[in-house]
Amino acid sequence: MSERKFKYVGTRPIRHDGLDKVTGRAEFGADQEMPGMLWGAILRSPHAHARIRQIDASKALAAPGVKAAVTGADMPKVPHRWMGGAEGGMDFGDVAENCLAREKALYHGHAVAAVAAATQQQAQDALALIQVDYEVLEPVLDVERALAPGAPILDPELEPMGHGALPAKPTNVATCVGFRGGDLAQGFREAEVVVERSFRTPMVHQGYIEPHACIARTGEDGKILIWCSTQGAFMVQMMSAMALGLDPNLIKVIPSEIGGGFGGKTTIYLEPVAIELSRRAGGRPVKLVMTREEVFRATGPTSGTSIRIKLGAKRDGRLVAGQARLVYEAGAYRGSPVGPGAMTVFGSYKIPHFEIEGLDVLVNKPKVAAYRAPGAPMANFAMESLMDELARELRIDPIELRLLNAVSEGCKAPYGPRYGPIGLVESLRAAKEHPHYKAPLGKNQGRGIAAGFWFNAGLQSSAVVSVNMDGSAVVRTGNPDIGGSRASMAIMAAEELGIPVERIRPMVGDTESVGYCDLTGGSRTTFATGMAVIEAARDVVRQLRERAAKIWSCSVDDVKWEDGMAIPLNAAAEKNKPLPLIALTVQMGATGGPIVGRASLTAPAAGPGFAVHLCDLEVDPETGRSEVRRYTAIQDAGKAVHPGYVEGQMQGGAAQGIGWALNEEYVWDAEGVVQNPGFLDYRMPVASDLPMVDTVIIEVANPTHPYGVRGVGETPIVPPLAAVANAMRDATGVRFEQLPLSPPAVLAALEARG
Amino acid sequence: MSRTHVETSVNGEPAEFLCQPSETLLDALRNQLGLTGTKEGCGTGDCGACSVMLDGQLVPACLVLAPEVEGRSVETIEGIARGEKLHPLQRKFLEHAALQCGICTPGFIVAAKALLEKNPSPTEAQARYYLAGNLCRCTGYDKIIRAVLDAGAEMRGESA
Repeated sequence: MSERKFKYVGTRPIRHDGLDKVTGRAEFGADQEMPGMLWGAILRSPHAHARIRQIDASKALAAPGVKAAVTGADMPKVPHRWMGGAEGGMDFGDVAENCLAREKALYHGHAVAAVAAATQQQAQDALALIQVDYEVLEPVLDVERALAPGAPILDPELEPMGHGALPAKPTNVATCVGFRGGDLAQGFREAEVVVERSFRTPMVHQGYIEPHACIARTGEDGKILIWCSTQGAFMVQMMSAMALGLDPNLIKVIPSEIGGGFGGKTTIYLEPVAIELSRRAGGRPVKLVMTREEVFRATGPTSGTSIRIKLGAKRDGRLVAGQARLVYEAGAYRGSPVGPGAMTVFGSYKIPHFEIEGLDVLVNKPKVAAYRAPGAPMANFAMESLMDELARELRIDPIELRLLNAVSEGCKAPYGPRYGPIGLVESLRAAKEHPHYKAPLGKNQGRGIAAGFWFNAGLQSSAVVSVNMDGSAVVRTGNPDIGGSRASMAIMAAEELGIPVERIRPMVGDTESVGYCDLTGGSRTTFATGMAVIEAARDVVRQLRERAAKIWSCSVDDVKWEDGMAIPLNAAAEKNKPLPLIALTVQMGATGGPIVGRASLTAPAAGPGFAVHLCDLEVDPETGRSEVRRYTAIQDAGKAVHPGYVEGQMQGGAAQGIGWALNEEYVWDAEGVVQNPGFLDYRMPVASDLPMVDTVIIEVANPTHPYGVRGVGETPIVPPLAAVANAMRDATGVRFEQLPLSPPAVLAALEARG
Repeated sequence: MSRTHVETSVNGEPAEFLCQPSETLLDALRNQLGLTGTKEGCGTGDCGACSVMLDGQLVPACLVLAPEVEGRSVETIEGIARGEKLHPLQRKFLEHAALQCGICTPGFIVAAKALLEKNPSPTEAQARYYLAGNLCRCTGYDKIIRAVLDAGAEMRGESA
């Protein structure tokens, strides 16, 4: 399989949707309008924790231009039901209440009411007329407080889920997870060196540049149309239906272009509210667009965490024991990514004796959503910081220490399965050989290295490939294109059909134009939906061979498809010349009708993607400000379908991780009010903060995909937190146990160091 | 509330619209003139997604009041290409895979064009600092900066 010679896979064609995106024509969530459209606006809780005694929207309803108002009491009560998904699970009841609070507001920014009016200004003005009677409660703002005896309880009805000894009700612990292997006590008895530390990471936001936006329109026949920016149209259809107690087939969802998601658009916030407003406004379309402040206060983020790890090793560096306790903030409702955090924390290394415990804890902060490799970057920050400490303690090169312990094919992952072919060892070797690793460092500079991985998802995908009369083709899938996936789909179809990528039009269907697809997430689209595209294209090729066989009056076995042509074999070859695709498509009507290929599948386990990152940091000892001077990301992509977009994922993930390491954090006051809900004060990396990010693509073929492809989108955000922190340790001699490494934090540590 | 009548020039063509006195240029472009290529990422001048040229000056359209453009000249992403001919920056963004989701792309192209008009041969550092007001969350800026420098080289007649 891996020896296959590719013609289009591995090339860098111009993406098909590119022209629309460089000219401003592409339509994103907020770019659509409909005739008779109203503007909606949402009132959000000013308190982090409050009982809602009563809401009176009558004055707002009477205001000029206002056509509808809705509160949580107007929405059906949705029973709690947990369901797994591409990027962690969710509870439908929670999702519904997160869209519009019922008895309690659980964070500063929780939606409590909404209006729709003729103009945006009228809708905004009407919010001030809604009277909400709150009983303000003590907010729970960190996991220590949430776990302390006598802490305020967010949800008295919360039933803890998971393994092991679950806490008694009432509790703020939503979920407990655990993994163990070997005999931990025995492992630490065997250990000759033990390192142990506690780490903290703050709540951070995905930071997509496009705020959430949607339009909903209800019809007299009960049918509903939603236009929105999302990572999954079918997800919006199903979840909106659940939130409103409707039959999903009443709802059609058209996904707009999506201006970034990183997991943050794998759930719903606005759609049920817009539907309810539209219904109350006599079926007029209602548009809801979040402000940036709303995005920060009420969507995303990912968990702040508190992680303690203890490692035991032999003097030669071999790990023998590992113990980890991970406590993740869920935000207001169950569902932090502590599960994948616990699964990944020791996943890169062979550790015979281990115990991992994880807690998902409610706090009065926004309900967390998936964020690129959910849960893994924080666990990896702790683990890879500690590996760096161990290497220093043992005076072993940090890459050698990792190579000594690295997992490879056949090793059992701490969460159960055995790894297939994976590229950790190859990535570590590439790091060791890279000129970056040998380059000299200047004054106040340090170098950090970290490995990391993500599982990658498979799940359900459908694809349709049809050929046109002119010998071109259309590829339709149900996965919103968040970073170039149309180009990947077209490349894979081109490879099978043997026609240039430019002759293929890839498109993203709505919920009524393509079979079911799980959402774009879990790094699954190029892998799993790509596999469906390959199968659908092979279905087309099978039909094309049949048509050629019919024309040549031979067996289909005497026709092979190569380089975009039907080629006669054996006896058929004596009197027939090869027929290119177009020669077959112009006579489709006469040979059996139009040709459409289709495929739908549940993709198998996807094959983890490993990466190793190298970071050089320079620290200004006078200000504590640091700058990334050089950065190299090395990653196993299995097979890079469009290397330009694979590099782009690696560079973008590295940049996001660098932001998380150096500057990004939510800041709260004592009442739980967000202090920095804007891009000025929530400091994401800008162009002048970063150097070029070098990339090295490793290709260890993934046997579960016909071309060896692995998902690549999420892995690159896993190593940077530790790579940066390890570089900071190297530059300053200080081990930072808490992110971000912002100038004030670094300066304080340097002053304490003396 | 009475609305203000504004006459201006957008992408070289005369344009007029009615707006609230408090309306931003961004809202007027998007909602009154249908020019939705200019994006809103923050509404507070921090992200650069709504970058436009106002009388040759690079501004975030969210920080300009619509009535302020009376009698002036606005250039948006929709005016960058010349007919069917893309601007070199637009072509280079495509060739370098300098966009992923594409929401920041119009703002980057408008800002980068302003940069190259001011400084036809910027260094990498100059490009990075000039474009520091434009946020991109997808690319890590590497390919964007390469595309801008390459477009500059092409516009100077140097083949890359």
